Order: sequence, then C-alpha cells, then structure tokens
Amino acid sequence: MANRRLQLEVTVVGAGPAGIAAACMAADQGRKVAVVDNSPWLGGQIWRASAHPGRGLAGHWINRLRQSGVSVFSNATAFAAPAPHVLLAETPDGVLELNWNKLILATGGRERFLPFPGWTLPGVMGPGGLYAMVKSGWPIAGKRVVVAGSGPLLLAAADGLKQAGARVSLVAEQADWGRVVRFGINLWQHPGKLLQGAGVKARLLGVPYRCGCWPVKAEGAAQVERVTLTNGSRSWTEDCDYLACGFHLVPNTELACLLGCAMAEGFVQVNEFQATSVPDVFCAGEPTGIGGADRALVEGQVAGLAAAGAWDQAQTLFGRRAAWQSFRAGLDQAFALRPELRELAAPDTVVCRCEDVRFADLKRCESLRDARLHTRCGMGSCQGRTCSAAVRFLFGWENDSIRPPLFPVRLASLTGESSPSVNHNLETPQPSNK
Amino acid sequence: MRDQLNILVNGKPVTVPPGTLVAAAVAQAGVSSFHTSVHHEPRGPLCGMGVCFECCVTINGQAYSRSCLTLCEEGMEVQTNG
Amino acid sequence: MQKLNPTFDIIIVGAGVVGAACAAECARAGLKVLVLDRGPVGGGTTGAGMGHLVVMDDSEAQFALTRYSRELWNNLAPDLPKAIEYVQCGTLWVAADDQEMAEVHRKASFYTQRGVRVEVLDAAGVAAAEPNLRPDLVGGLRVVEDAVLYPPCAARWLIELALARKAQVRTGTAVTALLPEGGVVLADGSRLSAGAVVNAAGPWSPALHPGLPVRKRKGHLVVTGRYPGYVHHQIVELGYLKSAHAVGTDSVACNVQPRQTGQVLIGSSRQYNAEGTEINTPILQRMLRRALEYMPGLGRLTVTRCWTGHRAATPDKLPLIGPIPGNNKLWLATGHEGLGITTCLGTGRLLADLLLKRPTEIPAEPYAPARLLRALETKPQECAIS
Repeated sequence: MANRRLQLEVTVVGAGPAGIAAACMAADQGRKVAVVDNSPWLGGQIWRASAHPGRGLAGHWINRLRQSGVSVFSNATAFAAPAPHVLLAETPDGVLELNWNKLILATGGRERFLPFPGWTLPGVMGPGGLYAMVKSGWPIAGKRVVVAGSGPLLLAAADGLKQAGARVSLVAEQADWGRVVRFGINLWQHPGKLLQGAGVKARLLGVPYRCGCWPVKAEGAAQVERVTLTNGSRSWTEDCDYLACGFHLVPNTELACLLGCAMAEGFVQVNEFQATSVPDVFCAGEPTGIGGADRALVEGQVAGLAAAGAWDQAQTLFGRRAAWQSFRAGLDQAFALRPELRELAAPDTVVCRCEDVRFADLKRCESLRDARLHTRCGMGSCQGRTCSAAVRFLFGWENDSIRPPLFPVRLASLTGESSPSVNHNLETPQPSNK
Repeated sequence: MRDQLNILVNGKPVTVPPGTLVAAAVAQAGVSSFHTSVHHEPRGPLCGMGVCFECCVTINGQAYSRSCLTLCEEGMEVQTNG
Repeated sequence: MQKLNPTFDIIIVGAGVVGAACAAECARAGLKVLVLDRGPVGGGTTGAGMGHLVVMDDSEAQFALTRYSRELWNNLAPDLPKAIEYVQCGTLWVAADDQEMAEVHRKASFYTQRGVRVEVLDAAGVAAAEPNLRPDLVGGLRVVEDAVLYPPCAARWLIELALARKAQVRTGTAVTALLPEGGVVLADGSRLSAGAVVNAAGPWSPALHPGLPVRKRKGHLVVTGRYPGYVHHQIVELGYLKSAHAVGTDSVACNVQPRQTGQVLIGSSRQYNAEGTEINTPILQRMLRRALEYMPGLGRLTVTRCWTGHRAATPDKLPLIGPIPGNNKLWLATGHEGLGITTCLGTGRLLADLLLKRPTEIPAEPYAPARLLRALETKPQECAIS
C-alpha cells in the first residue's frame, strides 16, 4: 500500500473543464495546486467524449494543464473529509491525504436514469456513458443503436457513435418539438454552440431525430434486442443492439453536501466568486447548475482565480459567465421531464438497481428513509446515485443523508493506517510533467 | 509502448490496444453480463463513468473493481461475476 | 382539566423493535393499542443496530431475559418472512489469550448448566469454523442457537402483527410530553388519552421522563459488499466484555456478522457524550483496525456504507420494563443498550403480562423501574425530543 500525505495550497476535485480551468488559473497565480480525478484520463466526461480531444478547446486546456506545474492525481476517488481542510482520496495503491488551504469542487454531473420495463438489460446504457466507453475501445462498429431520453447529449452521443461506426437508427427526444426548436433558436446567443450544432446536424444526416417520444420498454434475452417507443398515441418497436437512454444530467453534489455546503434546489449555492457557504471551499461547473462545458470553463476560471485571491481578474470573467447562465436556463426549460415518464415503471420494474428493489416495493413505503430501511433502496454500491433521480421524480423523495465514504472503498482505506515504509511527513508535490 | 496488451477475461485471452478500458475488453470478449443482480439478473455497464457500479468485475482478485474506470494492463486477470 | 374519555387502553411511544413487540403482545391480549413514532417504523436505534440475537451472561437477570427472548425468536423462525433475513448462524466468541480462554470455559459451564447449547473449540476448531480469522487464536466458544436478522424488517413485521390484531400505528407523529393521568401530548398540541402509556423511545426516552437514567451510547457500524461465505458465525472477541463494561471511556471491540445477503457487517464501538450522528473518524478507524487484528483479510473487502446509532444505556446494563413507581399509568420499556433486538420479544411478553397482572414467564423484578427510580414527576411540559 502506498499512502501519501500532501500539503497543497489549492486542491481541485475533478479534472473536467471546470477543474482544469480552475487549476490552471490558480497555478498561474503561483499557487501549489493538485487535481484529483477518479478516472485514468483528463477532461471529465464531456471532453473525454468529445470528437477531437487533442484539438479545440479541450486540447488547449489539457495541454495548458500539463504545462502548468499542477500535480495531477488520476485514479483517485475522493471519499472523505475527516477533518477541516483535509480530503482523502483512494487510489489503486492506497490513500491520498490532501491537506488544503482552498478547495475547489468541480465534480461535474452524471446522466439521469429513469426506470422503465427492461431498462436493466445489458446493453441499455446512458448515451454519454456508451459513447465515452466507445472512445476507449468498446466495440460498436456495425451495431444498431437507438438513442433516447432527453437533452443535447443525445445528439452529441449519436454523432460520436455514428462516427465510430455504429448504425444509429433513431434519436428519440422526450421534449416536444416546440421546446427543442425554441432552444435551438436561442442558440443564436451562443454562436459557438450553433456551429457545434450545425456540425452535428450535418454528420447525423439520415438519422431521424424525433421529438415528443420516449421509450416504454426494452426487451431481450441476455441483453437488449429491441425497444418499444411511444409518442403518446402511437407505439412502435425498433430492433437494436444497444439502447443509449438517459434523461439529461444531474449534478454530482455529494462531496459538497458532505462538506456542509448550502444547497438550493439540488445545486450548490455559490456567490459571484464561486465561493460556497463553507469558508475556503469553492464550486464550479455542473454542481452549481447544469450548463455545459463552456459555462463550466468560465466558472472554473473564476473559482481558480478567486481561490488564489486574484479577485480583480476573476471579476473580468463575470460578463462571459453571465452569458452562459441564460444557456443553462434554456437547457432547463427545453428538456424538462414530461409527466408521462412517471407512468413508465411497472410494479415489477427495478428502481434501485444495486439492491433490486422494485417499484411495487417502494410504493408501500412512506418516505425515503422508510424505503431505505425496509427495502435497502439507495443503500447499495452506488449509494443512491442512480435511483435518487428516479425516486425524486416518482415519489418526490429527497435524500438528505450523506456520510463517508462517498464511494465504496476498500476497508483498509478507512483505517487511517499507513504502511511502515512510507514517509509520514507532509510532502510538497512536485509538478508532474506528463 | 507495446502495440497490444494481453489480458484474460474469465480465463480467455483477449488482446487489446493500450488505452482500452477493461469494460471494453469484456465486451470484446463477447461477455454481456458483467455481474448478476441480487435476484440473479444479468447486468452490464450503465453510466460509463464510475457512479452506477453496474460495470463491476473482479480484477486481479479485487472485487468491486469498476471496469469502466480501469485501463487494461498487460497480464490482468478479469473475472465477471455471474 | 377536562377529563378525556380514554380512547386507547395502551399508547406506546416508539415504533422500534421494543415498542413494536410490546404493541404486538398487548394487541394479542385484546388491548386497544396505539403506537406513535416521530419517524418511520424502526427508524431509531433499531434501524442502526446489528440484529444479533444472542444470549448473554453478564448477570443472571441479563441471561434470563436474553435466553427467554432468544427462544421466542427461534420458535418463530419458521414463520418469519424472508425480509427479516433470519439466519441461525450461531455466535463464535473468540479467545486471543489464555485469560480469554478461561472465560470461554467459564461461559461454557454457565450456559451448559442452564441448558444453552454450546461447543468449546480449540485453536484448530476455531480455524476450521472461521478460516478467515487469524490463525493464532487460542480457542473459542460457539453458541449454536444464536442468530442474526435484519432489524428494520423485524420491527415492521411486529407492527404488522399488531395491526392485524386491531392496533393503530401513526408514524411521523411526534410525542412531546406524557400526561400523568394517562395520555400523551402531540407536537400539534392535541392530546390523546389512554389507560396507560408506554415509553419505548429508547435513547430519547429521557425527553419524556426527565431524569430517567438512560444515556445515549453511540456506536458505529460498517457494511461491506457481498462476500458470501466470508464469515459463517457472528464473531465476537471476548475483549467485547471489557468494551461493554467500560464506563466513561470510548471503546471498540471486534464484532463481525454475516448477513444473509452475503454482506459482512462490522462493529463495534461505544461512546458516551457523543450525541451527534456524524461519523467519528478516529473511533471508526480504531474499530476497523481492531477488526483487522482478528480478520486481516477484511482490509481488501469493499465497504459500501458506514453509519452510527445510539443505544439506550442504563447504569446496571438491564432494561427498564414496568410501571413508574407511584403511577401505574406511566410505563417504561426502554434501556436495552445493545440487546434490544434480542430482548424485544421477551420485553413485550413481560410488559403485557405486567399490564394485565398475569404471571410472568420469567421474574420481572430485576427490570423493574423502581430499582432505579423514585416516583418521577411528569408534568405535561413541552420537551424537545432531540
């Protein structure tokens, strides 16, 4: 076991656009910075899934990070904050103890999943998730894929999957056509997005994009073989090898909650400098509001500058950030979930996948606490990350109970034990030149 | 840097380029069920980013390893659980 | 004050396993029962507990109640719903040194003389019984008919038994005070009257009876992913007794349980003056390191969750079951410390028998509140239940 103890001025959790931008800005101001990320790569979800990670905005920022002197700890999952200004992260070899002065939470978002019959079949995945894995070798060439659910991610994923050789037969968006068109029209305020959209549209020529329709069941023997969709009056069935279905995004706010950050409507509350209600803790990107990579980038820059005390410089970005807030509001409006989605789960549809808790089991419960105690809903490995959106949407239940470890960890990581051969002194991390 | 990596999936040799996820290697090996649920239903990856834990397999003896967050390494032994 | 017509024979405050068992027994006896809990069924200490059904021998009285109650559980076993996850895995008390091995022999003879089936194991026997224990333990005692179950579902089942016998249950209903003439005051100010009120509020029972000698004793637990067959018995170190006896100091002891799900449940810790529910990292670390000393391989298992709970502890380690001295309308069924799940059935029986002035199946005097209390004054005052 290799346990390490580090002293940082700034620690950033998450190496997506917000985290990378924050780290670069803080490093530019001369701070000693570390970034921890639970994956093996840089870029979080959106830049990993992007078509050209080496070029464009993603490439620019990732290169900048690599040259910035920031220490990057990949495969490091933040799981506990046992004392003020201490963060623990589990790595494959041991535990990283980060002693920080300023903490920036850039933990991103995750796809929202809603239960419907057959959604637990192998081959039913989130669109972003499937595309991300395809980028790292998941075999998709020649496979038939139906993309369904909600949000701009559907098009980005369909585009990427098609470019990787998948036969994308349909993109089914649950939002009505009118809403999506209004969202598209409002993209004029964000020319970059318009260009992006135009490019995607061109590449997806030939793939039907249908609004106002959603999946009602997936079927197959050992894995998904077909999906039935409906537009409310007509249903039809499409054969498929994969059903990439996700309903937009929800924020990863668990670490913020653990630290005691004030929340509002499920998002982390921050002031104009991206400071949370907890002193010395900042938050940027999706956890403050689902608004995409561009917004995350600006928020990350503000947070990094603010964490480094560069208030004036941070202020120069406020205008640019404000522009992206309207994009975020537009997203919320366009892709709001329609009420029919509440009717999809049948009594025997699994809602909590980790503990195989079915809809009928949950209907007998009075509250989330009741459900957790009596059915173990939300008490499995994902700690409710998958089912929380579903139980909120289906029952109005909110989860307000967050305890460490934030992710399942090896028991040894919870003992506070250090292997005898490791230097216990606080290390100052050397800049990594990757 | 090797051209290809050799790993074992359920005892079966699989060859993949560097940068391949363990989850992808499992799929390449033709395995669709990464583990079975509490009621013994087949399950595979859902979120692709390490939050759903449906991609968990045993890697080199360590159970509950998220295959969507782990890159293949030479000689890795991957077991799907059911 | 206006006299209210009693609408219930018994009002029970607390829908944990103890309150639920009392409700089931009183309802079975034909009493009109109402159970109130500010939260869901089994949401207090019950929801946090290990669910170990164990005979204990700290005192004759503790032995009598645990043995009586364990037998009631074991007789019900064939009828228990699957959700309760009852498994008669037995307890394995492990001895790490000769002093603890002497304790093995003492316990063996104590239990054998009283008809409790046990087996003394030597080092090889312990290793064979639990291959994942460290190999150099001296020996152990297997208490064959001890068992484990999943407490929240046990509480829910007992409540359902009570409901089937015409009891009423109101969850999400907080009681702020008891009325000495027989009744309760609810959070909205309304009052309900009863022939008698039973305080089964566990660690929160002193909020309804100021001065009640029940203290919160905090515990931590950790549950792993699914590793079926990793552990076969509930394994408890004999040093546990030093932990349970310790007063005033924080203590940990190795206590490892196989759940029917295949998950391994690991405890235990005890702290006074720790009222918060947050994880106390130094104690958690100590607890896990202690468990690793007995089962070194545990370090590689994946932990899914950690949580805390508070036990209701009395000064003499025996529960309070019976009427408040001087007022036969106010009763107690609380103070079960770490034995609530085990002894809830016996408590329910004793309480019902005492209420109905029937002969009890074991002597009830050792648990009488009068042993620790003089007549307590209970005025209908607003008490915040913390």
